Amino acid sequence: MGFITQIMNGLSTGGMYALVAIGYTMVYGIAKMINFAHGEFIMVGAYIAYVFTTMLKMPIFVSVIASIIGCALLGVITEKVAYKPLRGSGSLSVLITAIGVSYLLQNLFLILFGSAARTFPTYMKSGTLNIFGIRITYISLLSLCLTLVCTGILLFFINKTRLGKAMRAVSEDRGAAELMGINVNNTISLTFAIGSGLGAIAGIIYGMSYSLINPYLGAMLGIKAFIAAVLGGIGNIQGAMVGGLIIGVAEAFTIAYISSTFSDAVVFGILIFILLVKPAGLFGKNVREKV
Amino acid sequence: MSMKKNELKNMLVSFIFSMVIYGVMMFMMSSGVIGTYWSGVLILACINIILASSLNLASGYLGQLTLGHAGFMSVGAYVAALTSLYLQMPLFVGLIFGAIVAAGVGLIIGIPTLRLKGDYLCIITLAFNEIIRIIMLNLDITNGAKGLMGIPPDTNFTIVFICVVLTIFIISSVVKSRFGRAIISIREDETASELTGIPTSKYKIMAFVISAFFAGLAGGLYAHYMGMLLPSIFDYNKSVEILVMVVLGGMGNIKGSIIAALLLTILPEYLRAFNDYRMLLYAVVLIAAMILKEKDLIPHIKEKFSKKKNEEVTE
Repeated sequence: MGFITQIMNGLSTGGMYALVAIGYTMVYGIAKMINFAHGEFIMVGAYIAYVFTTMLKMPIFVSVIASIIGCALLGVITEKVAYKPLRGSGSLSVLITAIGVSYLLQNLFLILFGSAARTFPTYMKSGTLNIFGIRITYISLLSLCLTLVCTGILLFFINKTRLGKAMRAVSEDRGAAELMGINVNNTISLTFAIGSGLGAIAGIIYGMSYSLINPYLGAMLGIKAFIAAVLGGIGNIQGAMVGGLIIGVAEAFTIAYISSTFSDAVVFGILIFILLVKPAGLFGKNVREKV
Repeated sequence: MSMKKNELKNMLVSFIFSMVIYGVMMFMMSSGVIGTYWSGVLILACINIILASSLNLASGYLGQLTLGHAGFMSVGAYVAALTSLYLQMPLFVGLIFGAIVAAGVGLIIGIPTLRLKGDYLCIITLAFNEIIRIIMLNLDITNGAKGLMGIPPDTNFTIVFICVVLTIFIISSVVKSRFGRAIISIREDETASELTGIPTSKYKIMAFVISAFFAGLAGGLYAHYMGMLLPSIFDYNKSVEILVMVVLGGMGNIKGSIIAALLLTILPEYLRAFNDYRMLLYAVVLIAAMILKEKDLIPHIKEKFSKKKNEEVTE
């Protein structure tokens, strides 16, 4: 049964990666940029929830909503201030700017809250559920369910609503979408808002699973989630979810059966393997280069 | 014929110029105008110049976005440190050996990865950087997370300065050569270069290997300056730091890289007093610089230089 328990462990961290990866993939699909600061949005989400619950003594519901709205706003503002002026310029400038935003948020929170880890409030009891001898913590279960529900809602939104259609159009061809009367700026803002909002949920799950948060939590989480997005095929939401779960399980297995020090190496190894074998990702389409 | 003469003259001028700088620096250090602390900063600045100008070859001239330069630096650093610790070899041997091994690692990484472009190349080189760091963290010979101690601190200003001059001389010669023009054409249009008969894959890998070689050299100098090595020094933040120097100095502009490396090493030292806010300021400067550059509010140093060059040619 240890084997299945490891899979469940993996799926619950994987669920968190998946939520972050979806944000990455949406932003990449539309803005065609790696938002390196996305990991920091997660950190900010976790801290907002912490501030509202522990410092302001607000109920859980209010804290979660505040965290999602706060992150969504942060995403939109970041895009407007830092990324929009660079739209259409080389990927290098955008990359460096995104890294700059990531440093900015990290150090801002370092100054505000100090480098010591803060204890995240306990939103739910930390028991385990025993189904047929498989032990699952409530938090793992919640993480997994939230991922599935969020992905479901998002897929419905993107495939069935007008705004979702606009998003797909912009990611396919920005110029043509603009000519069809789609407000490109608003659509990009909306994408950043949704992606960052999902990041906030991931941040809260992180806080609940590890119960300690620090200003650096987003850096590695962000990179791993990006790897998940690449694994699934960048720009593809189902792909990002599957990629996240695979990364989570791979990591759990490495920790359980090899060594915890190599868990990061395995994740990076997966990235290298997928990029060399099928750069478009598991669910991506190969795009032929045109001259 | 006159071109050759011109080149010779330029070389002589650069040589005399660097000798003058060296003389002035040595005088200021021995007379105490530049104290021990600032001489140390200057050595680090020189190491950064080597790193930035070598990365400029891969990212600026060849146009390949890589975020793994710190990985090659760490290979060079560890190999150089270990050759002097275990084989009792002189500094010179360690530096060369470290650089060669780094170039070898560059070859191994370059062959599969350089097929990728843009963001993907960037992220895969970042992955290799992290894997190298994790390997260094888990090997016995590198003493893992505890770090390698007691490396003979042989690096001094003279050695670093010679290495800087050699690096800049070699990289600018490479860039001016037929090979250099070929890699610039790869940057401008890879498909077109391929069609004109340039072996693009081979040249890309060659440029990447040269770049890794000098990163390894810088690593070796760093190891023998610090006297100790920790795997955490060479994480992707270090790679970002080097890339920022290249970008701020101007892609494909060695002089820019030198100035940016000097500024970005020396200026933060003045901000030591505001330690908490230093990184915050750095982040703001980074974002602002990128946006201003895109808006053409900063006069391009690169363009000024190239304009000058054009005038020379028309003469």
